[in-house]
Amino acid sequence: MNKSIRKISLALLLILVLTAVVLMSGCASEKQDSTGSRDQGKEPYKIGAVLETSGNSSSLGVPERDTLLMLVENLNQNGGIDGHPVELTILDNKSDETEAVMAVKKLIDMEVLAVLGCASSGPSMAMINTVQNEKVPMVSMAAASSIVEPVNERQWVFKTAQSDIVTVKNIIAYLQGQGLTKVAFLYMNNAYGDGGKVAFTAAAKESGIEVVTEEKFEASDNDMTPQLTKVKASGAQAAIVWAIPPSASIITKNFRDLGLSIPLIHSHGVGNQKFIELAQGTADGVILPIGKLAVVSQIPDSDPQKEVLESYIADYQAKYNTPPNSFGGYASDAFNLVVNAIEKAGPDRIAIRDELEKNTSGFIGVSGVFNISPQDHNGLDVDSMVLVQIEGDQWKLID
Amino acid sequence: MWSKSLLWPAVILLFLALPFVIDSNYYLSILIVIGLYTIIVQGLGILMGYAGQVSFGHAGFFGLGGYTVAILTTRFDWSPVFALIAAVILPGLIAAIIGRPTLKLRELYLALGTMGFGILIHTLFNEGRELTGGPSGISGIPYLSIGGLSFDSDIKFFYLVWAVVLLVLIGINNLIRSRVGRALRAISESEHAAETAGIDTGKLKLKAFIFSALLAGLAGGLYAFYITFISPSPFGFHTSVQFVLMAVVGGLGTFLGPLLGAALVVLLGELLRWVIPLVIPGAGGEYEIIFFGLILVFLMIFRPKGLGAFGKNLKPPAVKPSVAPE
Repeated sequence: MNKSIRKISLALLLILVLTAVVLMSGCASEKQDSTGSRDQGKEPYKIGAVLETSGNSSSLGVPERDTLLMLVENLNQNGGIDGHPVELTILDNKSDETEAVMAVKKLIDMEVLAVLGCASSGPSMAMINTVQNEKVPMVSMAAASSIVEPVNERQWVFKTAQSDIVTVKNIIAYLQGQGLTKVAFLYMNNAYGDGGKVAFTAAAKESGIEVVTEEKFEASDNDMTPQLTKVKASGAQAAIVWAIPPSASIITKNFRDLGLSIPLIHSHGVGNQKFIELAQGTADGVILPIGKLAVVSQIPDSDPQKEVLESYIADYQAKYNTPPNSFGGYASDAFNLVVNAIEKAGPDRIAIRDELEKNTSGFIGVSGVFNISPQDHNGLDVDSMVLVQIEGDQWKLID
Repeated sequence: MWSKSLLWPAVILLFLALPFVIDSNYYLSILIVIGLYTIIVQGLGILMGYAGQVSFGHAGFFGLGGYTVAILTTRFDWSPVFALIAAVILPGLIAAIIGRPTLKLRELYLALGTMGFGILIHTLFNEGRELTGGPSGISGIPYLSIGGLSFDSDIKFFYLVWAVVLLVLIGINNLIRSRVGRALRAISESEHAAETAGIDTGKLKLKAFIFSALLAGLAGGLYAFYITFISPSPFGFHTSVQFVLMAVVGGLGTFLGPLLGAALVVLLGELLRWVIPLVIPGAGGEYEIIFFGLILVFLMIFRPKGLGAFGKNLKPPAVKPSVAPE
């Protein structure tokens, strides 16, 4: 009895030691899992990515991972950067902030030139301190504007997703064009809804738009009728909702059930087919700002982004047999910005950062035209989004 | 005889020399995280292993410590040291307030009660926008600095965290060999018998609860100084469960159990993060959970008392051999 226990203990101890040993030698075998280390004679350039490929935010991280894998494969087939193949290592942060910090330290250990990620705001924020200290350029794909502001504390951090303020400005322009001055604001109670609320309230005050009622709901709520009843009584001329599906779809259904006839305006959080599906036919008439990716066939040929958008969609469709979404677009822009900077400035972290900050103007990406400056590390403006109305379960561009 | 008394100092010295060998912020960060979790699980180990009370709310105390540091340093400009002291005291105070009614509950009800507390605290972090920054969290937490020494790098933080772990280990080693330790163990064996022997069980359980909350708060405060950003998401129910898991896997009522449990859970997570993509290309964290579960199930089958039962062969340094238990 005692002997067998001792044997098992020994075996387990051995496993623990082995775990540690294998982990320590992790760097060596890691190289096998990165794509594109093709033998071309020239030393590969290393880029790292930390993405939410599992956990709560995996619906964002997975299309971003797929996009990055596709882009690095294409790039290496076309000779890489000046003949140097690009070695891309993607680590999963499990949608967890502590894991994101450990993952980015691992990438920095591997001497990557730049870090892409994360897909969501919390993990991106958690990584900032590390990249600032280690002086490694980082390009996030998350929305929160606090990722790149204040810029003097974020010299090494850039991001490709539009900040809330871009969406807000689009909505305010629409409201002003229609002469609507009293609105109701409804938002989901999480980082996304919170960010929208803060940005909208500030911008509305500046443009003389009055928020007559402000209501919130939980992401898991199944009925928002009480909140909407207050909207009905408030005399609002339009309702603005900041949420993502499924709650965004539920509130749309409730809105129609209550017979509200004022315009219903959503945020870019509903810019996917799932919103329309879950709203079960009640989404018609909803107005929302959206990246041009979703309505590429409707935007005029003169639009500078048209060509980039069409080629990204064609590549993605050919590889994965499904149309890409805006999250993949953020990843595509992050990758291309970094590759472009390496191409021009060479494989040096400081040079890449300076190149990104000083020489990124008129860079045409999937999410918009980037004009990054020392004051603005996002570089996207109002024209990176368009307003659409849902008609017959399709997005129709509003002129 | 002399070799035994030298074993522990030797192990500790070797461990403290590690940063000179590994020279990698990634491995240091793993060790730091193991250290932070060890501090919490040590306290939880006293509560669960000795006082026999389970808590599914310790992520709440962990978060309270973190938010205390974050709020006091960024909103009220407290000096980091005082903020860290407050981060230890506040969770202890709250544990003292909620402890008395909560610890009247037993078994399942106690688990549910503490779980409710954890969820409540998590909700407060999300809702208290003016103070906690809501779901977006608080950034710009300064580094911990003690008298001009600023803990701004992984290597410095490694020594800080493990010095704390060492102090906690020494403290607990003394505690479990004291009268209080023996009384606590009596409670976990049989509460009624302990009462008959004249032990004030209610008071002792409360003390163990407060002690574990203090340690969780301390770890939370250190966490905030390490990451320099805080948001509600690391302090949810899931984290509480993970702490209990570390305590159980490590072995309840053993000296090294908490350390081994925290190390195993963190190392296994890191190992699976990159081993699984090698075996199953394109697989993410969802597969990790399966492997994780399997390993833990096997461990519990073959080692139901946890990893720390090795500690039976590897006895802690004796303080007063004459009063050693058993």
